[in-house]
Amino acid sequence: MLKIQRHSVNIDFHQAKWNEPIIFELHQPGEVGVEVPQACQEVVDVVGDGISVLPQNIKRANKPNLPEIGQARVLRHYVRLSQETLGSDFNVEIGQGTCTMKYIPKINELLIRNAKLMELHPLQDVSTVQGMLEIIHNMDLAMREISGMDAFSFQPSGGTQALFAMASIVRKYFEVKGEADQRNEIITTIFSHPSQAATAVVKGYKIITLHPDENGFPDIEKLKEVVSERTAGFVVANPEDTGIYNSKIEEFTKIVHDAGGICYYDQANANGLLGITRAKEAGFDMCFFNLHKTFAAPHMCGGPATGALGVTEELKPYLPGPIVEKNGDQYVLNDQLEHSIGKVRAFHGVAQTILRSYAWIRALGQDGLKAVAEIAVLNNNYLYSKVSKIRGASVPYVQGQRLEQVRYSWEQLEKETGVTTEDVQRRMTDFGLHYWTSHHPYIVPQPFTLEPTESYSKADLDEYIHALEQISMEAYENPEVVKNAPQNSTIHQLIEADYLDDPAKWCTSWRVYQEKVKNEAEITS
Amino acid sequence: MSKKVHPYIPNMVPEVKQKMLDEIGVHSIKELYSCIPEKLRFKGTMNIPKALNELELRRHIEGLLNKNVSTNEYLNFLGAGCWQHFIPAVCDEVNQRAEFLTAYAGEPYEDHGRFQALFEYQSLMAELVDMEVVNVPTFDWAQAAATSIRMASRITKRTKVLLANTVSPERKKIITNYGTPQLTFEDVDFNLNTGLMDLTDLERKLSNDVAAIYFENPSYLGFIESQGQEISNLAKKYGAIMVVGVDPISLGILAQPSQYGADIVCGDLQPLGMHMNFSGGQAGFIATHNDPTFINEYPSRLFGIIPTVQEGEYGFGDIAYDRTSFADRENGKESVGTQTALWGITAGVYLSLMGPNGMYELGQAIMQNSQYAVMQLNKIKNIRGSRITSPFFKEFMIDFNDTGLTVEEVNKQLLEHKIFGGKDLSKEFPQYGQSALYCVTEVHTKEDIDKLVSVLSKVVTK
Repeated sequence: MLKIQRHSVNIDFHQAKWNEPIIFELHQPGEVGVEVPQACQEVVDVVGDGISVLPQNIKRANKPNLPEIGQARVLRHYVRLSQETLGSDFNVEIGQGTCTMKYIPKINELLIRNAKLMELHPLQDVSTVQGMLEIIHNMDLAMREISGMDAFSFQPSGGTQALFAMASIVRKYFEVKGEADQRNEIITTIFSHPSQAATAVVKGYKIITLHPDENGFPDIEKLKEVVSERTAGFVVANPEDTGIYNSKIEEFTKIVHDAGGICYYDQANANGLLGITRAKEAGFDMCFFNLHKTFAAPHMCGGPATGALGVTEELKPYLPGPIVEKNGDQYVLNDQLEHSIGKVRAFHGVAQTILRSYAWIRALGQDGLKAVAEIAVLNNNYLYSKVSKIRGASVPYVQGQRLEQVRYSWEQLEKETGVTTEDVQRRMTDFGLHYWTSHHPYIVPQPFTLEPTESYSKADLDEYIHALEQISMEAYENPEVVKNAPQNSTIHQLIEADYLDDPAKWCTSWRVYQEKVKNEAEITS
Repeated sequence: MSKKVHPYIPNMVPEVKQKMLDEIGVHSIKELYSCIPEKLRFKGTMNIPKALNELELRRHIEGLLNKNVSTNEYLNFLGAGCWQHFIPAVCDEVNQRAEFLTAYAGEPYEDHGRFQALFEYQSLMAELVDMEVVNVPTFDWAQAAATSIRMASRITKRTKVLLANTVSPERKKIITNYGTPQLTFEDVDFNLNTGLMDLTDLERKLSNDVAAIYFENPSYLGFIESQGQEISNLAKKYGAIMVVGVDPISLGILAQPSQYGADIVCGDLQPLGMHMNFSGGQAGFIATHNDPTFINEYPSRLFGIIPTVQEGEYGFGDIAYDRTSFADRENGKESVGTQTALWGITAGVYLSLMGPNGMYELGQAIMQNSQYAVMQLNKIKNIRGSRITSPFFKEFMIDFNDTGLTVEEVNKQLLEHKIFGGKDLSKEFPQYGQSALYCVTEVHTKEDIDKLVSVLSKVVTK
């Protein structure tokens, strides 16, 4: 037998391409996707058709124009679409920096598919949901240990909603103090998630944005300048999107506290910090963790998710209710929170995600959690060392001092070859790898943000690095390969032109597309 | 750090770790943390129990879950915003696919399937609500309503909002917190017997300052608001936008709100293929007509279909992305982030399976079963099966006032008979005294309903 010569990395990748029609094109009149439960004959004998009781004006005149498709074809359609989706189970997903794409343990998926969770109604008598409440309470206790905060709500169902809840608490707090009109500003930083600023605006705040100093730290002198009796809150991540840890964070929170403001900490991603440093010691009044990031719940194409919101004792009465508490040996729902902002999300939040993250914490234990942080930081610094050596790549601002992620730049690559970070992004899909640029605005030119987490092995990291090296080489030697990418993805380059921004051309749904296609055909004929 | 290599953390292997430290040029991981001041280092021990292996973990979690009693075990008549419905197995199969489960923010290239599935969801939902634009879903119905109202406020440049007094009080909490401080809210009265909106009160409260009038249909209390057109006429008279919250599972048989003049339609997707999951199945949709004035006010992502350079390929992208907070931070429309995309895909699967006839038959079965329940309940002495006289969909309010029992007492006894009684409304709607909101859907058999009736007869005549 001759040795079969193989590449150690995946350079011959090609993504699935099924060329699936739009679901409406599968319509075959008469086909049935599922048999719908009917009322039994005895019920029908008593009540008749059930619909005649409705006045004409509240009956639907025509059935909805949904397609009729047999069950197997519906399944095949969606399974094929799933194959045209590069989930993190399928790739070394370190290219989505800030989002902590880590291994999603299969055991947790098995655990949530339990009728004793799936088929629970949120309003059941508490005596019948003690197990679920115990899980939420245990999760609360674990989060308190990790953050130093005193109470958690799991109602916010995403980081954005947690940020919104925190801005709501800030407002309510100053309403109670009688300072709501006076304190109308929230300070944030440019290297933060857009939702920090955006949610504060919804709560009526004026936004003040701190830009980085020459080393990439939020500008502390600027903070001193802008804090005042108008300051309601200061929201920040640490590390920020650059991965740089701000060692002066305690000074920042003190400056804001001295001015009478509240400090809230965006810990959507806390992956480098578990067991290392906490919100409390840094002087924060509130923080939140995305359970779908640091705590290994899946991202699910973008939710449902959980932004676990923690507060100090002083702010506990402001939490959205109810919160789970232990009373003797019983778990209860406490909705008697004196200054509660009310609610931000229906019922209790996303129970499956809470359970998954609880299971993840229990699978790691306190030592394991610390190992998560340490290896995430090790992996990131290894990647940093390798990627910063790639031709055309650089790391702006202070060198070193990166924890779990790094924001890199292809500024030099773009200057020397014309290849942009978006070109690299498309080319990475040819290797079966995801790559994200960064949030707007691009303060770092031609940015990309990598976060390797603890989940990936050295070999995985090397595979990703190899792909970046390959693309850099192509950019210098044969840039067209990169510029014309992707070639091995499900589809080729999109023609965006005006199709997405011109109301005359955009198609928000299949019915709009069909109408516009028909109109175009009429015009051209 | 623990010496034992954890299955989730491959680089705990000492030799690998050393190689990586060498590459970085440091002696220890501790050095990598030198940027964290000593003072901020956590020196204690987190009081978190030691690690469980997979088998132990499974025992532990299943042990906890076994303390729950699910609606598979007890007969359930709770609804009130989270409902028990039939879920086709294909819905679960698709949303458990690892590709969808673990995808996130991929580009239209490597995540073509995700974009297509969400575009199809938007398109299927657009047919159900008979509008042209549907968003990638938001958190839940309340958030969808709250955002719809803010959209209306931005479009009209007005800040006063009228809410039907029959809107779910829990939803109202979310809507008002989301709307304040910029918006002010006022309730519109309703008729206690019919549940219908008091149009005189509505007209009294309408003015040229009103941005939006919001009501729900079927209402939180289950009855169907039949004056949609009249409400719309009044709204238009004053230049206000009519926002209607709807249970989408009713739309196989009930008139779509656009038929009676809704400008924005919103609601919860949970009935369309999501398990209740102790409220983990909620997802909010917003729908409008294909009007740029409205489209430009959505905070959500909206996926559109576009060509690619390859003839015959469908591609997808973000419509009017610049309006979002992703593009423009605090200058974007409200905010966007991780919400409930997978439930959007699932609702799309559900609607593909149901088709037009399935949605009709399902609506009919719900009407029949729930009407049967009320008729049988009416036979019990001192109980009124439906306190409100208007036609209803899926939910209805049982009046227990003449039984001398509180709903709490009734529910306690039902629980002993392994029945989850309806939601106690005595605090939310004290004007109805001891009344409870019951939910009957296609999952309830005649035997289920008969059991409820027979147990309730005993409970109230004790």
